[in-house]
Amino acid sequence: MIAVQDLTYTYPGAKDPALSRLSLTVPAGQVCAVIGANGAGKSTLCHALTGFIPHFFRGTLQGELRVADLSIPDTPLAELAGTIGLVFQNPFNQITGARFSVLEEVAFGLENLGIPREEILDRCRSALELTGLQNLADRSPFDLSGGQMQRLAIASMLAMRPRLLVLDEPTSQLDPAGTEAVFLHLRQLASTGQTTVLLVEHKLEWIAAFADRVLVLSAGSLAADGPPRQVLGSADLERAGLRPNRYTLVARRAQELGLASAAPLPVTLEQAVEFLG
Amino acid sequence: MRIRVEAVSYRYPSGVQALQEVSFSVDPGETVAIVGENGAGKTTLARHLNGLLRPQSGAISIGDWDARLHSVAQLSSRVGYVFQSPDDQLFARTVREEVAFGPRNLGWESARVRECADSALVEAGLSDSADRHPYDLSPSERKFVALAATLAMRTPIVILDEPTTGLDASGVDRLSEIVSALSRAGVSLVIISHDLDFCIEHVERALVMTQGRIVADGPVKEVFLEPELLAQAQLRQPQLIRLARGLGIPFAPSTVEEFIQGYRSRRR
Repeated sequence: MIAVQDLTYTYPGAKDPALSRLSLTVPAGQVCAVIGANGAGKSTLCHALTGFIPHFFRGTLQGELRVADLSIPDTPLAELAGTIGLVFQNPFNQITGARFSVLEEVAFGLENLGIPREEILDRCRSALELTGLQNLADRSPFDLSGGQMQRLAIASMLAMRPRLLVLDEPTSQLDPAGTEAVFLHLRQLASTGQTTVLLVEHKLEWIAAFADRVLVLSAGSLAADGPPRQVLGSADLERAGLRPNRYTLVARRAQELGLASAAPLPVTLEQAVEFLG
Repeated sequence: MRIRVEAVSYRYPSGVQALQEVSFSVDPGETVAIVGENGAGKTTLARHLNGLLRPQSGAISIGDWDARLHSVAQLSSRVGYVFQSPDDQLFARTVREEVAFGPRNLGWESARVRECADSALVEAGLSDSADRHPYDLSPSERKFVALAATLAMRTPIVILDEPTTGLDASGVDRLSEIVSALSRAGVSLVIISHDLDFCIEHVERALVMTQGRIVADGPVKEVFLEPELLAQAQLRQPQLIRLARGLGIPFAPSTVEEFIQGYRSRRR
């Protein structure tokens, strides 16, 4: 679904590239989490995979960048819209400001694709239900709390049913129950094989439980790539400026003190209970 | 400085009842977390403390001031408020100007403005970015600019709305240091957050809000030991408490070291 080869990208006016000789392939139906320190290139990767780079941000792009057999630099943004979806880091940047209700906002993209009315309504209702917004369908998008607005941004993209869904810190303002609902749905969406999910996320506990694969970015390059337990429990994480979650930290400390075995470090609650039990 | 909120209710013009009879107080120098689901009313409540919103019924006092009788500008000398999204509050052309804006508006003389702005820049780790445009910085650095702008005003009360959102490990460390320093300096601190792992490390007391009401108020280590109570507000216990519970040790460690101590004594 994603084929990136030797991708180097530099923002206009910047000295150093934000992405540097990055190579990556992601098969259809995978849930990939991208982690990294602030400034590692995570949002830049999201913008490149969705065509905002180079079509909107310009700058200089080298290397190959293909999604769903489309060459991103050679395909206009409007043509990518039905295939690739991006949930922005700040939901405020995503809300159109041109619609009066939450329901209309979710319908906006589908209307522009010319989807039949009944289908639009069906898709909107299910996206609102999945994000827990069904009772707020008639409210103005600007009368929502920060977290509710983030749910709306996610609902708008879910309704589009893109083949590649890219989400840039989609749960940063969500409460734990809302975060879990989003992750459960992304997991389920990917399992149909129709949608591939790539998300930037700081919450390592959720990544550990829901992602198939974790990519660690550091200074615009790939610093680690593998299944959650392998990556999140390894020393690569700290070298990339990240901190393991508390389950891993406790287990490692217990190991150092001779209180636990030398088994691979746990990254989820269940693994940690087994490790320390 | 003491905050006192008595039976405050607020309904938005759209009809959303955001606060219902909310009462609590914060003692001088106390650190308190307000936790709750999306839309519970946390930010609405915080906006009442610095006068951005006015209670439709009930009363709020900030020290010896009745908040209803003071302007936002006056209240800003007592209550520093760092917004959830820094872009809601940044507007100056350089980081230094942004940080000096508050103190200057309080009418301080220029030497004091400079001194407070400079020390706030150091405290927030922004000395090297002082002459840059805030919007040339990353979103997480902008969060620190917003924080520095509040620190520079030396208010006896500081409110942080979702301070850990979007920060990486070193950002959270920087934030932790700032929060600890504020607490040592005797500032009354209110942290609004879903990040219960961060809260248990940094606050003494927690208020749980759901649907515009406060449903629990007590020592953080007692409140966070109640999974059902937290679930009512769509929250989960901090990781260390869940792990302790999973191992059958009923306690509320706030740090990895504290966890290890409890774990060790049980094994003995």
